Amino acid sequence: MKRVLSLAVLAIAPVLFLSACGGSNAVKEEAAAPAPKTPPPVETPKAQAPRAEEPAPVAKSATPSVHQLDDPSGLLAKRKIYFEYDSSEVQSEFRNVIAAHATYLSANASAAVILEGHCDERGTREYNMALGERRARAVMQALTLQGVNAKQITVVSYGEERPEDPGHSDSAWAKNRRAFISYTSR
Amino acid sequence: MRNNAVMWRVIFVALYMLAATPAVATLNIEITRSAEGAARIAVVPFGWYGQGAAPVDVAAVIAADLHRSGLFSPVVVKDMLEKPDDAAAVDFKNWRVIEVPNLVVGRLYNVGPDKTGEDIYTLRFHLFDVYQAKVLQEMTLQGRKKELRYRAHQISDLIYQILTGQRGAFTTRIAYITKGLNVKGGGRYTLFVADADTENALPVFVSPEPIFSPAWAPDGKRIAYVTMEKRRQQVYVQDTTTGQRDLVANFMNYNGAPAWSPDGKKLALALSQDGNHEVYVLDIETRVLKRITNHWGIDTEPAWTPDGRNLVYTSEQGGSPQIYQYTFSSGEIKRLTFEGKQNLRASYSPDGRLLTFIHRTEDRQDHVAVMDVATGLVRVLTDTGLDESPSFAPNGSMIIFATTKIDERHQRGVLSAVSVDGRVQQMFSLPPGAGDVREPTWAPFGH
Repeated sequence: MKRVLSLAVLAIAPVLFLSACGGSNAVKEEAAAPAPKTPPPVETPKAQAPRAEEPAPVAKSATPSVHQLDDPSGLLAKRKIYFEYDSSEVQSEFRNVIAAHATYLSANASAAVILEGHCDERGTREYNMALGERRARAVMQALTLQGVNAKQITVVSYGEERPEDPGHSDSAWAKNRRAFISYTSR
Repeated sequence: MRNNAVMWRVIFVALYMLAATPAVATLNIEITRSAEGAARIAVVPFGWYGQGAAPVDVAAVIAADLHRSGLFSPVVVKDMLEKPDDAAAVDFKNWRVIEVPNLVVGRLYNVGPDKTGEDIYTLRFHLFDVYQAKVLQEMTLQGRKKELRYRAHQISDLIYQILTGQRGAFTTRIAYITKGLNVKGGGRYTLFVADADTENALPVFVSPEPIFSPAWAPDGKRIAYVTMEKRRQQVYVQDTTTGQRDLVANFMNYNGAPAWSPDGKKLALALSQDGNHEVYVLDIETRVLKRITNHWGIDTEPAWTPDGRNLVYTSEQGGSPQIYQYTFSSGEIKRLTFEGKQNLRASYSPDGRLLTFIHRTEDRQDHVAVMDVATGLVRVLTDTGLDESPSFAPNGSMIIFATTKIDERHQRGVLSAVSVDGRVQQMFSLPPGAGDVREPTWAPFGH
């Protein structure tokens, strides 16, 4: 069943990719691209930035030293800010992590991050979308207060869609209430 | 523009053909709570007059419909003392002795191909009052093979209406979202439209990124929903008959929680243009946007009263999320829920007398609850603890919602339907390991 389902979905994917380009959008958001004659490759590109755990390889510089964002012992390697139940308040234990990212972003004007807000599964989907956004914005506010240009930051909430731990226990939920700092350029 | 329309048709036909594979997304149905005192009814297997096997087990479809309503308890076939397929063959004492007050018998004929060569079928049925030895309804219906399940649901609607006095909702449709579990941390999201018994499921939209908050337009054809295909939330409206898809809300930041006005002209939305989720109303045609809420807390999940004069929504203005009502004419805001830790995602019954929402108890369990609007009395309907997305059937008899089923090896999102009195509950799930089903929404009557 799983196989049948996923195969069917795979088969549908290119059709839907086409469909995503078309339509008569009342709100002009994207230039209407001409529909390609041949369907695009079966796998639609995943619109997902590289996760911080697996950083994209950095261009080799003259010095062999590790980029500070990739130094596993540095504060910049920490990208997750965890939250209390139903709260979007940044806990004091994460202040130094946020300060490190604020310093880096301020010093590197071309660097940019997406702040992802996440929730545990309790509560409704839309409410969690709002709560996730508020968590991401709380981190954004902490960064901008420390001098980061807001233009370097994009906020997106995933609500309860992307749990770090798929379990239904208190410990799983604690891991899922988080904001994630994702570098899109460094 | 014209080309677009043609392309849409092609895409839709392609989707339709893919979906015609019966193995795709068929949900298992399980009655988890049955009513005591449900009325016994016998639906005798229909006689089949044609070559080979009958194309549809009409009696089984009708019996399953009536059973799912919670008001009926169909007699199992092996307990039947006779199996007449025609009124003349019924011996009422065979039904009185097993205490069955109502009886359905019928026949399915293949009457041969029409001009196009496609077989036409005739369905004839009688509904009896056993104790009065009286015909309550008889009818002959016709259809092609692919229409026969729908014809069976129409018979269920008639039987339900005659015996309960309430309109049946067996010919209506539902929409829901599945999330395949084949990609770690992500998955594939599919918006399906299916018959009310979850048969004939057709994918409407598929994306590797989240899809959520589907909402039927009052015409029963269009669905508004939120997608994250652009790594942010946008609201689309898609016509399920043509496949045409329009971006309707693409404001700065968040666009979500679409809810149609009863006249189908406006969408209430949650937007975060100013950095915080607030409720707005968008006129789809004129694009005029009216802001409804203005508060530092979260305001979201709007829904309309059936008369279109008020919106209910979830708001944190009193501290915790609770249900509030906004009246368009006066601008007045009234808090509706006071019991429990939190109350979220309210929507009205079609007659406006009941409000269903997610009620969080003091021990942080989320249940589907119903409030009698006139008295304010709240009743919790479920004992599942992670309920979401309650949606009334268009006849107001049932509420379909999403919950999480946890057994030894698997935990997954399933759909459940509960009667408004809480007596009957059933579960619809994908097979273990195949993924989650979520976000059900029941279509209105009359499409």
